[in-house]
Order: sequence, then structure tokens, then C-alpha cells
Amino acid sequence: MNAVIAAPRRHYLNVNYGLKSWLLTTDHKRIAWLYLIGVTFFFFIGGFFATLIRLELLTPQGDLVQAETYNKLFTMHGVTMIFFFLIPSIPAVLGNFLIPIMIGARDLAFPRLNLASWYIYMLGGLFTLAAAAAGGVDTGWTFYTPYSSIYSNTHVALTVVGIFVTGFSSILTGLNFIVTVHTMRAPGMTWFRLPLFVWAHYATSIIFILGTPVIAITLTLVALERLFHLGIFNPELGGDPLLFQHLFWFYSHPAVYIMILPGMGVISELIACFSRKRVFGYSFVAFSSLGIAVLSFLVWGHHMFVSGQSVYASMIFSLLSMLVAIPSAIKVFNWTATLYKGSISFDAPMLYSLGFIGLFTIGGLTGVFLASLGVDVHVHDTYFVIAHFHYIMVGSAVMAYLGGIHFWWPKMTGRKYPEPLARLAAIIIFLGFNLTFFPQFVLGYLGMPRRYHVYPPEFQVLNVMSSAGASILAVGYLLPLIYLIWSLRYGAVAGMNPWKAKGLEWEIPSPPPTDNFETTPLVTQEAYAYGVADAQAVYPSGEPANV
Amino acid sequence: MSDSNLAHAHQFDDAAQQHEASWLGMWIFLGTEIMFFGGMFLGYTVYRGDYPAAFADASNRLDITLGTINTAVLILSSFTMALAVRSAQLGARRPLIACLGLTMALGAVFLGIKFTEYYQKFVEHLVPGGGFGLSGPLAGAEQIFFSFYFAMTGMHALHMIIGLGLLTALIVKARRGRFSVAYNTPVEVIGLYWHFVDIVWIFLFPLLYLVGRHLQ
Amino acid sequence: MSAGHVVSVKLYAAIFGTLLVLTLATAGAAFIDLGGSLNAILALLIAGAKALLVILFFMHVLYSSRLTWVFIGAGFFWLLILLALTLADVLSRGWLQAAVG
Repeated sequence: MNAVIAAPRRHYLNVNYGLKSWLLTTDHKRIAWLYLIGVTFFFFIGGFFATLIRLELLTPQGDLVQAETYNKLFTMHGVTMIFFFLIPSIPAVLGNFLIPIMIGARDLAFPRLNLASWYIYMLGGLFTLAAAAAGGVDTGWTFYTPYSSIYSNTHVALTVVGIFVTGFSSILTGLNFIVTVHTMRAPGMTWFRLPLFVWAHYATSIIFILGTPVIAITLTLVALERLFHLGIFNPELGGDPLLFQHLFWFYSHPAVYIMILPGMGVISELIACFSRKRVFGYSFVAFSSLGIAVLSFLVWGHHMFVSGQSVYASMIFSLLSMLVAIPSAIKVFNWTATLYKGSISFDAPMLYSLGFIGLFTIGGLTGVFLASLGVDVHVHDTYFVIAHFHYIMVGSAVMAYLGGIHFWWPKMTGRKYPEPLARLAAIIIFLGFNLTFFPQFVLGYLGMPRRYHVYPPEFQVLNVMSSAGASILAVGYLLPLIYLIWSLRYGAVAGMNPWKAKGLEWEIPSPPPTDNFETTPLVTQEAYAYGVADAQAVYPSGEPANV
Repeated sequence: MSDSNLAHAHQFDDAAQQHEASWLGMWIFLGTEIMFFGGMFLGYTVYRGDYPAAFADASNRLDITLGTINTAVLILSSFTMALAVRSAQLGARRPLIACLGLTMALGAVFLGIKFTEYYQKFVEHLVPGGGFGLSGPLAGAEQIFFSFYFAMTGMHALHMIIGLGLLTALIVKARRGRFSVAYNTPVEVIGLYWHFVDIVWIFLFPLLYLVGRHLQ
Repeated sequence: MSAGHVVSVKLYAAIFGTLLVLTLATAGAAFIDLGGSLNAILALLIAGAKALLVILFFMHVLYSSRLTWVFIGAGFFWLLILLALTLADVLSRGWLQAAVG
């Protein structure tokens, strides 16, 4: 008799082939992949600049590059990592892929706008990269005036145009997310049944919408000043350099919460799954995301304590900065309580999550130190600040990103990555990270200034430790790049729910079909219904969509 | 999007959901515009507080007659735009096209007057930069005022030009019969955009033109 | 969202007329010295009133959902944050007189 050979199941990856089907896609899942390629590219570019920085800092003398070149290196490192990696990473890759599925929708509200966002992102990124290749900028990623607006002889206007363009990608993504969550949740998916990942991205989108336009106009004014000699920041005319700083940090402080909030959303999902427990204090965690988004806009002056800002305003900003730590702390307490008496497993995503909790606590607490006026006068513009924000940006945000990529990799690709190698990479990253950045707390406290390529010889030991750590960190980052790509072809085939996790994304096939759900789900239970046997959404045809 | 009564893009469940999404989406975008222009309003506020006399003097060099006429022109164009939306809601194709055309014409008049003013300022050497022609103790801050004048009205004019492009697209679609009682969302949301650009000017007018008239 | 509420031409015309009157009023009042910063305050109040009329009637917000009101309110409130905290710095810079030895 004839054997019946089933046709391969159609899903979003094989439904169409060819470059055009990718470059003209409106499928949120394919767009997530386009972003994944983009952010990975820019991550390694930013890492390249960091490598040169850490090589230079192996010795106290400025012997690898000249001072002007060093200024360009740390500027381009900051610009690339912040605007072209950290800000888009989790929202544009994991957010794009997961949000429609997590709420039971077929796509985002505006799929074509989503594709346009990616093109805008790539255009801005490549434009800025071209400016870097043409000689770059030496102002620091903070572009303080009047150096950036009048005196610098580098490609300021080109660079800020690139950043301006990419900002629209953020704005459109935030707009898409907010409208989608408001209008397209499946029946039964009430706000308080949403995964905390969605709450985190909703809060992030608030910051995208209300903050990004301010950096847009600020950079526009700098560009207009350079190109057309508008005199808004010119001290010779009576211009106020602090005006620029207020405008700049009004966005750039909330921006750091853009970079961490989505990671917190990832951690909530991972901790729940690998403790086999619902997240403790769900509504506290949900509201704390909103709280962080709102409070993040009230603290920007803590970047300006020694800039000439009035001491009364500084006191207000210091107090408000203490307040913003509270919702973050609430999250840490709730994650810890989730772990308590949970059934813990130590797969790679969990290793990243546990690392996140510890490193975020250190990073967050050192932020509180910096928010104290007296301490900040001492450590402002030193390596203490650099260590603080890298504990959040690298020790927390990047680890959350990697944890999320690993966790949802089977869903996105239908393949498992090699687990032992992934755990090894996570540990290497953790160790490399701490060796790189913990010495920097000490360096900063001892007085080593940031953005200097020469330093007193007594700081060399700590700098060498830091650079050694950076080399280990680099190995740690290269490993997933290699084995994740390897797994696309050789990884074990993953089923619908390899982690036995709860959530709508685990009730559809891996990889999902283009429209995600065969029939719109009817949601009947709370998020994270771990411990409730067979709890999942109801599909009107009576069966889950596919096996 | 299509012109059939109940059709909607595939990601939406029904036309009502699509309409709600478009409406909210445009309002969110206008929220970003509030913050975008807001940055310039902040800068203006700081410097007006620092240099009140210079701002008053500089403001009096603007042509208040042209400014007032332009304000009236823009408000009239908001009126015609509101009528256009109403026509679309009622499925009245000819009035819709006429009102959109009127709105565009008024927008063009506004831009014409604006660029006439720009040319005047150029001739009077009041454009910031090397050729700025004022001197004296207030001159530096007056140059800052004119920097804001050109930046804010220039950004506003750019938004008007984009608006004219959007209105052109609407007229093309209207002529093809794309809008009906059941489906007129694009007219509605582009109307929101146009009104917003009007509101920006409603604030720009007193802040730029009316600072020091009582001191003249 | 505005559920397709149709406003009458008469109401639109009345709003338009009011906006014109307010425009002429603000231009005229600008020439009268009201003392102190009252000129600026009056001008901003009139501008605010005009903006409110455009928002409520031309933009149909009077007939819109509460969510729309929240979005609009949030936008203006955030602008207020930017202005208030920056001015908190700018206006208080001269308050602390350093004791000169």
C-alpha cells in the first residue's frame, strides 16, 4: 500500500521564500527576525568599540590611540549600544514576536507601520554608522552644548540626524504596542490576565511615546545650530548650556527605563516558568511597571547635580530619584517571593534570570547612592557611574535579553538550542561581567574619571582586571551567536511547549502559523496558572489549535 | 483598508475595532507632537524669562497684521476641515472634495504669507547667523528670539506642508469614491492632524507676535 | 473614540466665529498695558480657550471616550512636567547666595 507522506506543516517561516517575502513582510514574527539581525549587528559593532577602549585602558599611558580618537571611541560605543542595540532589543525582537500572540491576536494593530519602523531603524543606524566611518563624533553620547553645537570639529550633525531618524522607529513601535493592547485583546483577556511581559511593554511604550519626541527636537536644534547657526545654545548670545542638558536628560533618563523595563517583563515570565509558580504579587508587579514609567520622567536632574543646576532643584530631583527606586525594589521582592518554595530548575534562561536579580540589585542600589547629592559630588563623572549603569545595562538588560532569546527560541524556530553549552555560556557571561565591571566601582570611588584614556599608574591593576573580564565576556557573547545559529539546522526539534510553560504562546505550534491562532482563543484563567492541571485557553473548535 | 461596507484589514476582528485603533493611534501620534513642539516651547519659556526686554523688542519687529491674518486663515481652514469630516460622515462626496480643496487652498495661503514674512526678515537682516544685523546690549538675546521664531514657525510650516500632502492623498481617494458613511476614518484622523497643527499656531501667535506690543 | 457623532454646521460656524473674535481680542489686548505679567497670562488664557474649543468641537473630543481624554490629558500633563521641573531649576538659581570669604 502507498505510504501517505504528509506535507510539511506550513508556518510563518516556510509559508514564503525569498528575499522579497522577508523585506516586504508585514508579519510581526518575521519583522522580529529582521530586528534580531539588526540589533545583533549593532551589538557587535558597539562591542568592537568597547574592545578598543578596554585595550587602550590596559596601560596608564595613552599609547594605543590619541586622545581625540579615544573620545570618538567612547562616543560611538555609547551611541551604538544605547540607540541601536539596547533601546530596540527586547521590545523590537521579543515584544514584536510575542505581544500579539500573548494577547490572542493575529498581528499588531498596524503591521505595515511595524515594517516601516524596521526600515527607519536600519536607515538611522546605517546612517550613523556611515558618520562613524567618515570620522565619527567626539562629544560623548550626551552631546553636551556648546561643544557639540559650536566647537567640535567632528560629524555631529550627521550623527544626530541618524539618531533622530531611528527615534521614529521607537515612537511608531510604542504607538503600535499601545493601540494593540488597548483594542485587540482576545475575548476573556482582561488587563489583569495579561502576562507581565505585556504590562512591561505597555509601560515602556508610554516612555517611547512621551520621551522620544523630546530628544528628537533637542537633537534637531543642535543640528540646526551647527548647520544654520541658530543661536539657541550659544553662550556668546546669552544661551544656556543647561537648557540643552534639561532637554537631553528629560528623554535620556526615561530612556534607561526603556532599556530595563522590557527586561523586567522577560524576567517575570522566566522566573514563573522555572519556579513552576505564579508570579507573587501580580498586580504589584503590573502597577510597578506603570509606576516606573511615570516616575522615570521626574528624576532627570540627577544627571546635573554638579552642572550648575540650582541646589533647590537638585534636592527635588534627589528626593524623586529615591522614590523611583521603590517600584523597582517591589519587583525584586516579588520575584524573590516567587522563587520561595518554588520548584526551581536551572536551565539557561533561569541562570540568566537569577544573575539578573543579583546584578540588578547591585546596579539599582548604586543608583540610589548616586542619587544622594553628597555622594554624587564625589563620584560624578567617575568610573563609579560607569559601573553603575553597566550593571543595569549589561548585567541586567543584556542578560534578560539573552534569557528571553533562549526561552522563546524553541517557539520562534521550532528548535532547541544545546542546553549544556547554553548554561556554560551564561556562567561565562556572569563571571566575565563581574570581573569587568566590579573593579570599576572601586576605580570610580578611588577617583578615576570617566572618558579619560590616561590614568595614574596606581589604577592599572584594576584596569587590567577589567579588561581581562571584558575578554571573557566577549567569549561568553560569541558562544550563543555560534550555537544559536547552529541550532537552526542541527538543534533538536522542539514541540509546542518544551518548557511546559503557561501562556498563549505555548498553546500554538512551534514555529507558529502566520496568523498565530486557527481560531481566536477564549481566555478563562489567570496568567501563570502553574499547578492548575491542563489550564489553557478555550478554542471554540474544542481543541487547541494544533499539536 | 477597502471601500466595502464591512471589510477591514485582516488583523482586526471588525470595522469598529479598526476604526478605534486608527483613532487612538492618531491621538497617540499627536501626543508625541505635543512633546516634540513642547521642547521648543520650553526653550522659549526659559529665555523669555531670562531676557524679557530683548524678547519684547524682537517680537515687535514681527508684522502683527500678517500674523493676525494668518491666524484667521488657519482657523478658517480648521472650520473647512471640520466641514470636510462632516461631509465624509454623511457620505456627501462633492462637498467633501470641495471642503478638502478649500482647506488646502487656505493652507497654501498661510504658507505664502509665512514665506513672505521670512523674506522680509531676510531683507531686514534678522535671520540668525553671521548676517544678523542688530547690535547693542539686547542683540544677543534678540538673535535667540529669532532663532526660536524660525525654528518654531519653520517646524510648524513643515508640518503644514506634510498636511497638504496628506490632504492631496485624501482628495485623490475621495474622487475615487473610497469614502462612505460606513468608512471615512482617514478623513477623520487626518482632520485631527490638521486641527493639531492649527492649535500649535494658536499658541505660537501670542508667544511670538504679542510679547511687547503693550510696551511700544 | 468618537462613535461617528455628526456635528451641525451651525455649531461649527458658531465655534469658528468665537475663535475669530478671540483672535481679534488677543491681538487688540496686546496693545493695552495691563501691568506686570498680566499681558502674558491673558494671552495664554485666550490661546488656551481657543485650543480647547478646537479640541472639544472640531476634534470631536466632547463626544469621545474617556480613553481619548486620558491620552490628551497625559500629553499636556507631560509637557507640564517638562516645563515645571526645568523652571524649578532656572527660577531658583539665584536663591542661594554663596558666602564669599
